Amino acid sequence: MTAAVFWQLVLGFGAISLVSVGGGIAVLPEMHRLVVEVHGWMSDADFAQRFALAQAAPGPNVLVVGLFGWHVGGVAGMLTATLAMTLPTSFLAFAFSRLRTRLAGRFWLRVVERGLVPIAVGLIGASGLILAQGTATGWVPVVLTACSTVFVWRTDFSPLWVLGAGALVGLAFL
Amino acid sequence: MTEPDPPPRPVPTLLDLFLTYGRIGLIGFGGINAWARRVLVEEKRWLTDQEYAETLGLGQVLPGPNALNAAIMVGDRFHGTAGAIVGPGAMFGGPLLLLAGLAMFYDAYGDVPAVKAVLAGVAAAAAGMVLGTAAKMTQKIRPPPALLAVGLCALLAAGVFRVPLPYVVLGLAPFGILGAWRALSAK
Repeated sequence: MTAAVFWQLVLGFGAISLVSVGGGIAVLPEMHRLVVEVHGWMSDADFAQRFALAQAAPGPNVLVVGLFGWHVGGVAGMLTATLAMTLPTSFLAFAFSRLRTRLAGRFWLRVVERGLVPIAVGLIGASGLILAQGTATGWVPVVLTACSTVFVWRTDFSPLWVLGAGALVGLAFL
Repeated sequence: MTEPDPPPRPVPTLLDLFLTYGRIGLIGFGGINAWARRVLVEEKRWLTDQEYAETLGLGQVLPGPNALNAAIMVGDRFHGTAGAIVGPGAMFGGPLLLLAGLAMFYDAYGDVPAVKAVLAGVAAAAAGMVLGTAAKMTQKIRPPPALLAVGLCALLAAGVFRVPLPYVVLGLAPFGILGAWRALSAK
């Protein structure tokens, strides 16, 4: 990885992270613009494949930037892109966390916190819907998703059971 | 609004934060948030559903990965600066290593049908896990009707109509805050 590419990764992902309100994946179109259109580091198909791989793997969704970095500059590229995407906003979140502790208990802060709760829950539901649409290639995955939803909602067993079942069902029927 | 908690709530050590967030990262299929809630609220009982959802909500309004923002706030809450570094560090470190291995594995075996089938099955189950979590949180938090409506709008806008997330978050935040203001003032 050359120094020029290093700085392109740092500045590119750093700038994207600062506008990623709502989550890292919200700025996927911006990432596409950076790595495919502006720098031509990978093709459309590469981009989609890396995204699918990151979705299939456990961990924060935003780690897909690590795969983009890997593609561009191996391990060093992976670390550079991941840190550029996470470090600047981390300082911001930390500063905010301190402010929140200092203002804890104020009426308006409680109002804001409580007012954002439905958005947080609604967006978890939305990401579930989007994941479900992406995997719904026939009736088997749809039934699997429905069963898993009810299992996780209505029981307190570990969701790892449904993932294991999903792997077996996938192996048998997909 | 929330269900009464069983009284003694455990406070994690720094090592607890490291191990727990490391585990959340490594089992976090379909995204971190549903798993973080499962482990922090149900298994460890470090936070209530309401507290977790509030932290995540703030993490979503701030720029940056929301799971990371939430983990920084949770770490800071229990162990200050050290907690804010250790928790998120573990949450990213484990999966990053795994992903590096997976990238190499996928380059070699990604086209093997059995691998594709297993991944497809896990992905479908993970989607249900995330949906089930949203349903469970709604049930436990029991929001007043106005806030429930805001939540449904967020679900539809982002999940069905695919409105870009910054518009969803910033557009709905005033309505959520207004609803919360009315609910809290009425008490």
